[in-house]
Amino acid sequence: MTALPAGRLVATGQRRRPADALFKYIATACASIVLILLAGMLIRTTWAAWPAFQHEGIGLVTSNKWNPNTNSFGGLSFIFGTLVTSVIALLIAVPTSLLIALFVSEVAPPGIATPLGWVVDLLAAVPSVIYGLWGVFVLVPFLTSDVWTPLSKSGFPLFSPLVSGRNFATAGIILALMIIPIISAICREVFRTVPADERESALALGSTRWEMIRLSVLPRSRPGIVAAVMLGFGRAVGETIAVAYLIGGVPNSITWDLFKQGSTIAANIALQFNEAESVPLFKAALIGIGVVLFVITLLINMAARLIIHRRGQAA
Amino acid sequence: MSAGEGRIPSLRTGGAISLPARRRRNRLMITAMVGAVLLAVVPLVLILAEVIIKGVGQLSLGFLTQPVPFSQIAAGGGYGAGIRGTIKMVVLGTVVSVPIGVLAAVYLNEYDPRGPLATVVRFFADVMTGIPSIFVGIFVFTVVVLGTHSFSSWAAGLALGILMLPVVVRTSEEALRFVPNTLREASLALGVRRWRTIVSVVLPTALPTITTGALLAVARAAGETAPLLLTAFGNQLLVPWGSWNGPEESLTLQIFTDSRSPFPAQQARAWTGALVLIVGVLILSLVARAIIARRSTLRSAR
Repeated sequence: MTALPAGRLVATGQRRRPADALFKYIATACASIVLILLAGMLIRTTWAAWPAFQHEGIGLVTSNKWNPNTNSFGGLSFIFGTLVTSVIALLIAVPTSLLIALFVSEVAPPGIATPLGWVVDLLAAVPSVIYGLWGVFVLVPFLTSDVWTPLSKSGFPLFSPLVSGRNFATAGIILALMIIPIISAICREVFRTVPADERESALALGSTRWEMIRLSVLPRSRPGIVAAVMLGFGRAVGETIAVAYLIGGVPNSITWDLFKQGSTIAANIALQFNEAESVPLFKAALIGIGVVLFVITLLINMAARLIIHRRGQAA
Repeated sequence: MSAGEGRIPSLRTGGAISLPARRRRNRLMITAMVGAVLLAVVPLVLILAEVIIKGVGQLSLGFLTQPVPFSQIAAGGGYGAGIRGTIKMVVLGTVVSVPIGVLAAVYLNEYDPRGPLATVVRFFADVMTGIPSIFVGIFVFTVVVLGTHSFSSWAAGLALGILMLPVVVRTSEEALRFVPNTLREASLALGVRRWRTIVSVVLPTALPTITTGALLAVARAAGETAPLLLTAFGNQLLVPWGSWNGPEESLTLQIFTDSRSPFPAQQARAWTGALVLIVGVLILSLVARAIIARRSTLRSAR
């Protein structure tokens, strides 16, 4: 355990060289920029949003009255919309991604697994504006005529008569498509760290492939899977453009009726920023809900990374 | 103390279940996996097909260079303004983020890899990759746009640079870690100073992997829309290459605007723009992969 960390070189007895010291300072400064940027982001945006925090107080996140014409900036409905769409996305994406990752890493022969891994990565590379474009022109008409309309006639409590194909449910579905590649890529990495002899011992005892997965792969991967789900959640919470296309963009909509139009924090910032540009308090309020979004995603990502880092140290 | 310890396998699978039932269950789960794969692959195929079918019609050299026509309902013209804007902003983002990111990675891997600063920076670089891009747009808006009283191409480039930075830091650090320590030792043993060793031995060895990471960051940045709404703002006119201080269009902004238009000519341009964007992003990703693949074949040939 006394071995030097990789890359660390000790030059004892060497005279100090100014060039060496300078280079080290520059590298240290560059590394610190990451921290300075994050802190700067939080401070600068909070400062810019201060008029809104003063005007609304805690109401910015607890009041459900957002009306720029009367200077009411209660953003609760956006937080609600953000959470509802992200949870819908997780409900679809988590089982799907787990099954995909298991198929790629445990079941498929290499000839299928490798190209399949690429295809799933490709899904992650598609820009969100294209998901939005496709969502509006292809997914919404399809869901409206073939899925939402029959569901709304079924009388199931979560689905009222359909007003528009752009609603919480549609936004949740596009988010699911967007986070499936993220969650499944991380799960694949996690499954890869399970030692081969654990799998082999399960198989040698006569397990079927699924039993092997349940006995040796899944139990060892649980923390990694939790982290992957949280990273997917963080991504869904912050996604802007595709949701702005598909959720309808209606403020003050808090309802368990998934066929109602609504809005999310990120989508509302994108959709209202133009009109807010010349109204200082409105602008500050949009920046303010942006700060709220930042803090939410920061906490989610920090928790997920803590799980991963701790796991990395234990290994 | 692994999570798997303490569980008795026969209890969990149920020793009493007959072999055919276990096999049936196995088949059922594998079928579910194939179903999940289809659930992810089918939309991808549909998206690509739709973009190609609807987009390829108007594709021409002029689409890549000309601005949109003045009349909203007129066909023709192109996304020259947005394509030029995207190139300018991504190049600026790269110029800002790659040197800083690589030097930060040098600190993380070459100077004090286990130290407190490195641990904290590594952690927050990972966290930063998950920050919503629209928030980075808000931040640059408050600093640059409010400060200069103008939307600008360079504000947008800066926002993309901030988004690229954590990706560049982490992939570059990964690249440096794979440089064999013997190379560093050989160089130092010859009396080469530490900073020269890093610049002339370590970094060149890691260059292909660093390039791959940078290309993946570029591909991600080129597809960003949300932060540009708040920084580049959009501008249908062709902005000269050397002009950075005013609002400018990006390919993604043009797609976003035109796809929400009621006019068929604008919608058609949005699809062609999407085709150009997707081809560009895919080419970047493929080049990135090819660099890595060539490197690993070189390594295995040795």
